[in-house]
Amino acid sequence: MQGPPRGTGDARLIDRLLGLSNWSLQRRESAAAYMYISPWIIGFFLFTLVPMAASLYFSFTDYNIIDSPVWVGLKNYVELLDDSSFWQSLKVTLSFAMLALPGTLVFGLFLAILLNQDIPFVKLWRTLYFLPSVLTGVAVVLLWVVIFNPQVGVINNLLKLFGVKGPGWLHDPDWALLSLVIMSLWGVGQTMIIYLAGLQSVPTDMYDAAKVDGANMLRRFRNITLPMMSPVIFYNLIIGLIATFQYFTQAYIASGSVGDEIGGPVRSTLFYNIYLYQSGFKFFEMGYASALAWVLFVVILVLTVLVFKSSPLWVHYEGELRGRS
Amino acid sequence: MREQETLVRAVTTLFLGAGAVIILLPLVYMLGTALKSKAQVRQSLLNPVPMTHVHVQVEGKREPLYQVDLDGRTVEMALVKNAPGGKGLFVDPAAPDQVFELPRKSQIPVRVLDIQFGNFHEALTIVPFDRYLANTLIVTFVGMAGMLFSSSLVAYGFSRFRAPGLNLLFLVLLSTIMLPRQVRLIPLYVIFQKIGWIDTLLPLIVPLFFANAFDVFLLRQFFMTISLEQDEAAQIDGANSLQRLIYVILPQSKAAVVTVAIFHFLYAWNDFYEPLIFLHSRHNWTMAVGLQQFHGLYAVNTHLIMAASAVMVLPPILLFFFSQRIFMQGVVISGSKG
Repeated sequence: MQGPPRGTGDARLIDRLLGLSNWSLQRRESAAAYMYISPWIIGFFLFTLVPMAASLYFSFTDYNIIDSPVWVGLKNYVELLDDSSFWQSLKVTLSFAMLALPGTLVFGLFLAILLNQDIPFVKLWRTLYFLPSVLTGVAVVLLWVVIFNPQVGVINNLLKLFGVKGPGWLHDPDWALLSLVIMSLWGVGQTMIIYLAGLQSVPTDMYDAAKVDGANMLRRFRNITLPMMSPVIFYNLIIGLIATFQYFTQAYIASGSVGDEIGGPVRSTLFYNIYLYQSGFKFFEMGYASALAWVLFVVILVLTVLVFKSSPLWVHYEGELRGRS
Repeated sequence: MREQETLVRAVTTLFLGAGAVIILLPLVYMLGTALKSKAQVRQSLLNPVPMTHVHVQVEGKREPLYQVDLDGRTVEMALVKNAPGGKGLFVDPAAPDQVFELPRKSQIPVRVLDIQFGNFHEALTIVPFDRYLANTLIVTFVGMAGMLFSSSLVAYGFSRFRAPGLNLLFLVLLSTIMLPRQVRLIPLYVIFQKIGWIDTLLPLIVPLFFANAFDVFLLRQFFMTISLEQDEAAQIDGANSLQRLIYVILPQSKAAVVTVAIFHFLYAWNDFYEPLIFLHSRHNWTMAVGLQQFHGLYAVNTHLIMAASAVMVLPPILLFFFSQRIFMQGVVISGSKG
C-alpha cells in the first residue's frame, strides 16, 4: 500500500468545500476520499443496491408493472422447479459452457504458445488472431447467419466441394448450439492475448535450464508452461464462466433470424438470459423474471465459489513454486 | 537439434497462416457480399469477389460471352442458342453470320469485376440509419464522457487516500463486476418507467455518470503504479488534491484513460441488450437494434444486410488498427492483474 499524500493544498480545498477547518488532517483526508468516490457511492445506491433490494422483493410477488405487486411468498420459486423452459434454459447454458469454455481455454492457450515463438511475421499473426474479438454484436452475428445458411452459405458450399452434405446449422435443433460454439471460438483472440501476456512473464531461463537437463517440448509444457500458466487459466475460466451466463445477443439474433422462435429452433438455443428476457420484457412477468434473475445470481455465485475452492488443487502461484524448490 | 527447431518454426508458421485465412474468411465474405448485387450473390456462392458474366449485343439481342477454344486458339464468342446434346451455337460478335456448334460445358464464361458500391447507399437509406447512427453516437460519446469523468474521480479516491472503510468499499465495487446485470435491470426498468425515461436515451447514458466498476478498477490499478514523488512535490507547491489529479496523475495515465475509453466505445457501440429493452420507437433506436430490425425486414437481401453490417464493424476495425498497441496492453492490464 502506498502512503497517503497530506498537505496544506489539500486541506485548503476541503476546508473551503466543507467548512471543516477544525478537523484533523486524518479526517480531512477521509473526507476527501469519500468526496472523490461519492459518484460511485451514489450510483451504487441508485443503480445497484436499491434495484437489487427491489428485485429481491419482486421475486416474492406477482407483478406486471401496471398493477401493484402482490405478495405471493415463494410461489415464483416453486413454479420455477416445475417449469420445463427453466430447466431447458439451464441445460442449454450449461451445455454451451461445457463446450465453449474448454474449447476457448485450450485453443486459446495453444495459439498463445504458438504466437510466443520466434517465428516470421509474429506481430502480424497476433494482430489477425486478436481482430475478431473486437468485432462483437449484431453485425457479426448476422455475418455468421449468412455463412451458416444451409443452402447459400459458404460453409455448406465448401463442404459440397468435398462431397459432404452439410447440416442445417442454425436451422437444425441438433446443430444450432454447436454453431454458436463455433462462432464463439472465432473470438478466441481475447483469451489468447491474456495467455500471451502470461507466457511472456515466464522467465526464459526456466526453459533454458530444462533444455540443458534434456527435457523435451512436451515435458517443458507439462512441467513449466502449464503450472506457470495455471493462474491465467483460472482467471480466464472465471471470466468465461461469468460471460457465458450473460450470453444473449448471439442467441437472440441467430435464432430470430432463422425463424420466429427466439431461443429456437425447438428451444435448442434457449439460453438462460433469453428466457429471462422473455419473461420480464416480453410477457412483463416481473416477479417471475426477478426470481429467475436471483437464481441466476446464485448459480453464478455457487459456480464461482466452486472454481475458487478447487483452485488450490490445480492453480500454482509463483511464490509456492519457489517455496517448494 | 537446430534442424528440428527450424522444422518446428516452419510448421508453426504454416499452421498460423492457415488459421489466419480461416479467421479472415468470414470478414472477406462480409465485404464481398456487401459489394455484390442480389443476382451476383445467388450466382457465385463460393467466390467472394463480385463478378459479372459479360453480355454483348448480337443482332439486337443481349447474349452471354464465352472464351471459346477454336482449333487450339482461344477466342471470345457469344452463345446465341442452346443446341441438343449439351452443345451450343456460338458466334463471333463481330461476324455473327458464321455459327459454330460447340460443347457448352467446356467453354469459360467471360467475367469482369463488377462492384456495387451503391449497396451502401441503398442499405443506409431504406431505413433511417442516419438517425440510428446519431443515437448511437450520442449514447456512446456522452456516456463515455460521463464514464471517464466519474470513473477517474472514483479511481483517484480509491488509489491516493486512506480512509476508514475504503478498502471494504473497494471490495464491494469489485464484487459488483460479477453481479449479473439482469438482477438490476428489471427494477431499473420499473423505476425508469415510473419517471418516464423508457424509450429515451437516458437509461443508457445517465448511469455512466456514476462511475463504472470495471473502469474504476482498471484506472485505479494504473494510478497505483504512478510514483508518489511528483504528487508530493506538487503538494509542497500548494496544489490541492483536484489539481494533483488533473496536472500530475491524469497526464501520466493517458494510456489507461485511452484504454478504458476504447473499451467503452466498443461496449456502447455494440451493446444490443439494453437498447433492446429500453428503446421502443424506431426514431430512438441505436445502430445495433436498427440493424437487427433491418435484418427482420430485408432478410432476403443478403447483400444489403452485409453492406449495413460492414458499415457497423468498420469503426471498431479502424479503431483497433490505429490503437493496436494500447489495445492489447489494455486487455493485458485488465487480465493479468485480475
